[in-house]
Amino acid sequence: MSGLWAGVRGGRGARLKVLLAAFALVLASGCATTNGSDPRDPLEGFNRSMYAFNDAFDEAIGKPVASAYKSTLPEPVRGWVRNFFANIGDLFIGLNNLLQGKPADSVNDWARFAFNTIFGVFGINDIASEMGLEKHNEDFGQTFGRWGSPSGAYLVWPLAGPSTVRDSAGGLLDLYFDPVRRHQPDDARLFAGLLRAVNQRADLLDASRILEEAALDKYLFQRDAFLQRRRGLIHDGNPPRESPSSRERMNPRLQAEPGAPAADRLFEEPAAAGAAVAEQAHSYEPRLPANYEAVVAASRVRR
Amino acid sequence: MPVVDLRAAAAAAAVCIALFAAAAAAQDIQPADVLVKNVTLEVVEIVKRDKDIQAGDRRKVVELIEAKVVPHFNFTAMTASAVGTQWGKANAEQKLRLTEEFRTLMVRTYASSIAAYRNQRLDFRPLRAKPTDTDVTVNVRVLQPGTEAVKIDYDMEKTARGWKVWDVRVADISLTANYRTEFANVVRDSGIDGLIRILQAKNSKALERTPVAGAERK
Repeated sequence: MSGLWAGVRGGRGARLKVLLAAFALVLASGCATTNGSDPRDPLEGFNRSMYAFNDAFDEAIGKPVASAYKSTLPEPVRGWVRNFFANIGDLFIGLNNLLQGKPADSVNDWARFAFNTIFGVFGINDIASEMGLEKHNEDFGQTFGRWGSPSGAYLVWPLAGPSTVRDSAGGLLDLYFDPVRRHQPDDARLFAGLLRAVNQRADLLDASRILEEAALDKYLFQRDAFLQRRRGLIHDGNPPRESPSSRERMNPRLQAEPGAPAADRLFEEPAAAGAAVAEQAHSYEPRLPANYEAVVAASRVRR
Repeated sequence: MPVVDLRAAAAAAAVCIALFAAAAAAQDIQPADVLVKNVTLEVVEIVKRDKDIQAGDRRKVVELIEAKVVPHFNFTAMTASAVGTQWGKANAEQKLRLTEEFRTLMVRTYASSIAAYRNQRLDFRPLRAKPTDTDVTVNVRVLQPGTEAVKIDYDMEKTARGWKVWDVRVADISLTANYRTEFANVVRDSGIDGLIRILQAKNSKALERTPVAGAERK
């Protein structure tokens, strides 16, 4: 969504004033409802009002525009748009990989940029992926995280969406270096910024529908998903698992009472008695995901 | 040879064969990564061929998941993981009902993901585990040009009836852990029964709504 932000920044004037006014209103209404129950999210009241603002904006403008865009342009064309901006992104993904001490990955990213720019016609074709040069996902927020910076409080920005203190600092750098934002003249910049934002939103239409299906409270669901996702990204998909000792410490509290029903009896025909007994002993022990401790710590609520 | 003896011999042979088959079935547990690959490819094949599913027929997707995918999931473990520390406070009946509602929610979410599938390439990663391991993570990656691969991790556990999934992580987001804060808040405010009620309400609301995610596929 940072693209959208960049695009809006390009079009100064009345639009911005209206947005700011709306923003101030929502802010004023939101601060009253702060109930910061989660240590990762001390500004929950503010964030929730930002979330409501973004959601309303998305319902009124984001989704309709993205849907119209998606039904107008065929997938190959949308793919060109996606690849074009992704290619520009590879430059700074490479830089961030270098800053994170992964020179081999930055060579990979810059080779992608070179091949796709030259042979992929200004990057609209991602031939590097077909050659086995993988696309990475890096930004300055991840680099700070890699350097050991904690994420800080969760923050929701108007239009730009979920972030944290650390990722916002990183996002400012991303924005500063963003070739689209630095592009002259203004008209071209505005067009490119909006195109990128709309294309991104169109790509997320399915995902946002799944979010609606899955979430009880969309705000919490999105927040926890965002925090899990960023943690995964900082560790390039291999976030550390909790230590075995903490696993043991946590397990007894989660264990089922004796005589609880066998795990699968709910949705399968009762199997042979022997198998069921064996399974009861075996599988009826809830397991802990990698970030269990962090989440438990976070959900230990004070009121 | 008297007829009776023949019959007895045939019966004995039949029993032997049956026993042998049962033993073979018990031995024949598909490795976790093979299971994930087979089930995924089978489901993807059916989705590609089925015109109704492509047109957004939600009921058919759910039927497909119930038949092919659900038997390989341990929903009780998933529900326990989502409810977290409060799970121990639920009695046996509450656990059953929680599991039932959470299962419905998971199946529906899964159906939306399948409906959103657009012929992306799948990359089944080799399993990094010893043959004796009973707790493994199977990794599949969804490849698309222009974006980095989306990682899907299936945390699986070996049981007497084959490998069962107890958590799914999509792009490092654990589906069960993602509910934990939310569920904890509800249980704190209105107890286990409150959580059951909220899940029921969510599920029945989704039922009323006519389909469909992925209806406008192109």
